[in-house]
Amino acid sequence: MSVWTQAELDEFAAGADVWFRGNTPKPPGFLLPLTFMEVGTDQQFEFLREWQRKVYEAGYLGAAWPREYGGGGLPEEFQRAATEAMRKYDGPILLNAIGLNWTGPLIINIGTPAQKQKYLQGILNAEDIWCQGFSEPEHGSDLGNAQLRAVRDGKAYILNGSKTWTTLGKYAKYMILLARTDLDAPNKYAGLSFILTPMNVTGVETHNIRKLTGEYGFTQTFFTDARVPVDGLVGEEGQGWKVAMQTLEYERRARPGQAGGYVMKEIDAFEVLKLARKAERDGKLVLDDPVIRDRLVDYMMEAQSLKLNGLRGRIPALNLDHPKGLALMTKLQFSEFAREVSQFALSLQGSRSAYYVGDPNAIDNGFWTRAYLNAFSATIGGGTSEIQHNIIGEHVLGLPKTR
Amino acid sequence: MRFSGMENLGGMGFSEEQNDLLDMATRFCREKSPMDKVRALLEDELGHVPAVWQEMGEMGWLAIAIAQEYGGVGLSLAEVVPVVEQMGRTLLATPFVSTTLAAQAIIKGGTEQQKADILPRVAAGEAATVALMEECGDWELAKMQASATRSAGKLKFSGTKLLVCDAAAAERIIVSVSLDGKPALVIVEKDDLPKDALRREVVIDETKRSYALTLDGISVPSDRLLDPAKSVVALAHLQLAANLLIAAEMCGGAKSVVDYTVEYLNTRKQFGKLIGSYQAVKHPTVAAYVEYEKSRSHLYSAAHCFNDPGCSDQGRLEVATRMAAVQTERALSYAADRSIQFHGGFGFTYECDAQIFRRRAIFNAALFGDENYQKQKLAEMLLGVMGDMGSE
Repeated sequence: MSVWTQAELDEFAAGADVWFRGNTPKPPGFLLPLTFMEVGTDQQFEFLREWQRKVYEAGYLGAAWPREYGGGGLPEEFQRAATEAMRKYDGPILLNAIGLNWTGPLIINIGTPAQKQKYLQGILNAEDIWCQGFSEPEHGSDLGNAQLRAVRDGKAYILNGSKTWTTLGKYAKYMILLARTDLDAPNKYAGLSFILTPMNVTGVETHNIRKLTGEYGFTQTFFTDARVPVDGLVGEEGQGWKVAMQTLEYERRARPGQAGGYVMKEIDAFEVLKLARKAERDGKLVLDDPVIRDRLVDYMMEAQSLKLNGLRGRIPALNLDHPKGLALMTKLQFSEFAREVSQFALSLQGSRSAYYVGDPNAIDNGFWTRAYLNAFSATIGGGTSEIQHNIIGEHVLGLPKTR
Repeated sequence: MRFSGMENLGGMGFSEEQNDLLDMATRFCREKSPMDKVRALLEDELGHVPAVWQEMGEMGWLAIAIAQEYGGVGLSLAEVVPVVEQMGRTLLATPFVSTTLAAQAIIKGGTEQQKADILPRVAAGEAATVALMEECGDWELAKMQASATRSAGKLKFSGTKLLVCDAAAAERIIVSVSLDGKPALVIVEKDDLPKDALRREVVIDETKRSYALTLDGISVPSDRLLDPAKSVVALAHLQLAANLLIAAEMCGGAKSVVDYTVEYLNTRKQFGKLIGSYQAVKHPTVAAYVEYEKSRSHLYSAAHCFNDPGCSDQGRLEVATRMAAVQTERALSYAADRSIQFHGGFGFTYECDAQIFRRRAIFNAALFGDENYQKQKLAEMLLGVMGDMGSE
């Protein structure tokens, strides 16, 4: 549907509103992940997988993806309306983030017809969970130096090496893998290839890594003579760096095409305000403390600017100088904001900030402490905030590369 | 009023007229105000080029936010914002903001007769200004020492108004005084001013012209009084309108000074490398740029609130405007501060343009409320008045 009317959109939005009002699940009685990077138990995994499947089957996920591959074939505005309804009723996060937000759009953009046929629907209905194999134990921010080896053998690559910080690694059926296919390439980037890799083959092993919160959610992934099909190649052999950079642009939302919904709960500055309204110090409400008030205003402004940046990003005439500027700063801004606000929330809890998840005296069952510790997943993952500064400096402002 | 969630705060919109004006103003300001012209005007007594000012009048930019029945275009301050933003970006000096504020005073507080007399003149390009500040330095506009008394069909003034921008170029000044113990706004025509009523002030922003206005001994016919029933509302409106336009100026300035820094970082070498490749310099420059982008979002959200027919929601408009004022000041101050630093020894000289932008931020913040003042107001609106927290 390329031509649509406001009435059609309104009707769709009203339907989504009704659906999410009726189908958003109640808190299940166990802790739900705040982000897709925190899925640590089978119980959480099954619950979220079921939720994503239901949202998809109702038509509110992938609404703007091509119809022939399981999407809704609708304009982006429709998916946006569905996502707004999901947010309004505070539904759980969607699980299959790496599939929905970066692998899917990438395959739609530059995948082969066979790849589209094979992978897209499974991404949407959460049948096929995806993980990402970029970082290695010795190569994190210096991603272009990745060393995992892929050697061509007929119609297969033989993989040896290891990837780490593999979110959802334990549950994933596929990995987007950055591998070194050529040791003699003229530079480190030219030797890389981007391969859609099955995880359930001999020689692939995942080891759980425990996070600073005490939970699980990511793995180190070891490859020992693992044979994977060559037809998983995205782009040509040796073009892996370019494909990986495009993938990161999807991840950082600098490129559109994501399936919709959200994969992380946003920190709402007004939730902190609720906490502040209850907090006391020296027998007085902390909301009477000018320093606390000042900080709260800062956070509300920051939350508001995040919202407004998103809205302004859709008005090209207000982005002429740096068309990609707002998009490339989003990840930096929201991840640092989440870290700072949740940290600040601890200071509102007085002596009870000593408690953690599970103690009856922990405020909001330790939500804020856990959110603060988990916030580092976004300030480090997907390129650290420091790397984001380099990216914005180099790709938006045109500053010379840092080497 | 209670703000209970993000959905209560301002949104975003960009009209076709805003778009056209942004486009026109970008080209006009770039052409009329290259840096050497800005520098040349620093020492000029008048401080702006009359021909440029006249051209702006002829293009109808002063008529933008004036209703059609008074010779205006019939748009709103939302459409004035892109013009002022680009003026701020190129440091183009004119009495544009002062004149727009004087017109807003008449629109919100004037009698029908005053609107019919004055607005068409403003729309046609006659400069005017407002005289609202006093020695105490308080930004609360409804509090004033200057006063007027009635005598024989005339209003007789006493007191002094400060920081009256562009007064020497203005055909008339809208002055705030207390009358009968209440705030009042009165029109003072150029011809009413004795020769020495205006003293040019030494202000930190050398692109601006500002004057102290001695009111003692001045009297005007009493029909110069704006509608007394509207004066409080008009002053409140002026405070927000001024903050909106000043925010627009600062937003444009922030972009400009970030560009200025980036240019230097891309040419200056130390230790054999362009200094922009050092993260100690690169990262704060990016931080300044990010602050600028945030400020532009806040600015155009505030502008949109002025345009919104539902801008009957004064609370939303005020929050959006004050947020824009805070964020634009922050962006311009920080970007200019780092620009001075990153230019090294040259940054400490008068020749480096970074100082001009830093001075602009200090001056603009001083005019209608700095960051801390705005945030205190925001806290009252968003969090409730202090000491009154228990009442949910």
